[in-house]
Amino acid sequence: MAPPTSRRSSYSKRAQISIFTGYILAAIGAVIGVLLIILSIWRPDLPGNIRARANDVVVPAERGAAEVRTGSKGFLESVQGYLRAGAQNAELKREVELARIRLGEAAVVEQENRRLKALLALEGGESRPVAITRMVGATSTSSRRFGYIGAGTNDGVQPGMPVRTDRGVVGRVLEAGANNARILLLTDSQSVLPVRLSDERREVVAFARGNGDGRIRIRLINLGLNPLKPGDLFVSSGAGGYYQPGIAVALVEEKTDDGAIARVVSDPAAADFVAVQPIYQPEAVAASKVADEEVLGEGTGETTEAAEEAE
Amino acid sequence: MERLNPRARSDQYGSRLNRSHSAILANIVPWLSIMLASLAPIFVIASGIPIMPPLGLLMMLAWRLVRPGLLPMWAGLPLGLFDDLFSGHVFGSGVLFFSLSMIAIEAMEARFPWSNFFQDWLTASLIVIVYLLFAMLLSGAQLSFELLSALGPQVVLSILVFPFLSRIVSRFDRMRLLRWRVVN
Repeated sequence: MAPPTSRRSSYSKRAQISIFTGYILAAIGAVIGVLLIILSIWRPDLPGNIRARANDVVVPAERGAAEVRTGSKGFLESVQGYLRAGAQNAELKREVELARIRLGEAAVVEQENRRLKALLALEGGESRPVAITRMVGATSTSSRRFGYIGAGTNDGVQPGMPVRTDRGVVGRVLEAGANNARILLLTDSQSVLPVRLSDERREVVAFARGNGDGRIRIRLINLGLNPLKPGDLFVSSGAGGYYQPGIAVALVEEKTDDGAIARVVSDPAAADFVAVQPIYQPEAVAASKVADEEVLGEGTGETTEAAEEAE
Repeated sequence: MERLNPRARSDQYGSRLNRSHSAILANIVPWLSIMLASLAPIFVIASGIPIMPPLGLLMMLAWRLVRPGLLPMWAGLPLGLFDDLFSGHVFGSGVLFFSLSMIAIEAMEARFPWSNFFQDWLTASLIVIVYLLFAMLLSGAQLSFELLSALGPQVVLSILVFPFLSRIVSRFDRMRLLRWRVVN
């Protein structure tokens, strides 16, 4: 059957006009789309606000889905455990994995402490998390990797704050609604994180950038002989002021010319509970946002305001 | 006495005696199902690569192709706007592309009025492939070979899910015209 839209009379003026109006309205829709795209590239914070509010509405449902998801995952895992050598097997494996990451982090903390003591008697204690919440969802259709967590400005979450699980870094808060926040995951191709190797004999600093296919590209800063080996653990270096130093980030999978391809230690798909941490060095972050010509100091309104906000 | 056929006074939507279609249900089902489809991918965490097909767009295409003449041509604007809120693509890309695909299908229908399912499937697949590429270009992601190859599974899944969605749409379409008891 030919669709009803095609059964049109060329004599009826009314039918012709209604088809014409349809095209006009759809074209207006397309033009509005173009305007919105331009607007959101030019002022990304505007649509972000609407989006955050819309997500506030769905978050309760997402939270339920997240609970079911992690619950069923746990169930499947223990079934798998029985199939192999009892549920304990799965449990122990996870513990060993965690312990290995912890060991790497501890080595870095030790190294860090020694370096700081050598410099000054500086103190950079572990800070308390702003909020502990669930990872409720992710944009699974888009090429960009964003995740949603179930805490927002009501819990004190602010854009820029790092998000981590018990395993390692997950990402950074991009925009915060009242009860939800959108986070930029490490695997996003726009996410760059300064890292260093968790091996005290090899002082390697690098940038970890999302590769777009779920892995991370490690770019070494000091080029020369590539000292990396598969299995090396990279941790955050604290440079840039956002992330605390010494949190596990990625495991080297294969070497490349200028660094390595690495796997994320804390895969967001496996993360259920996440902790939002305060920005490590709010002053440094605020200072990096000030234009070159401006003078930094107590008097500059924007800097102090931003620092206060971050605190 | 000879019994009447019990189905004599009913059609495929139920008994016709003192029952009629609900205007609210008939109008709301297509829109609601497309909006729910836009929401659905949020609940799945696929962290590594974008794996979920753009269900909102596919659902709209299915309604438009399976049941032509039901969605007005301007439907792309509100549905795209809703999809933008949750899709993670650049805000506005849904509005633009939903509208463009409505225009494209309308023009194609005027040109080739007689279409079978495979032609519809081809149309929907082409639109979705162009949409995914276009959204990736606009997303501000660093274009690389890895990113393109990561798109592969999503494209394949989107093409395969369309026949399934059109079956769902035809089921919804029957549900849309269910007969309800009228009191007057």
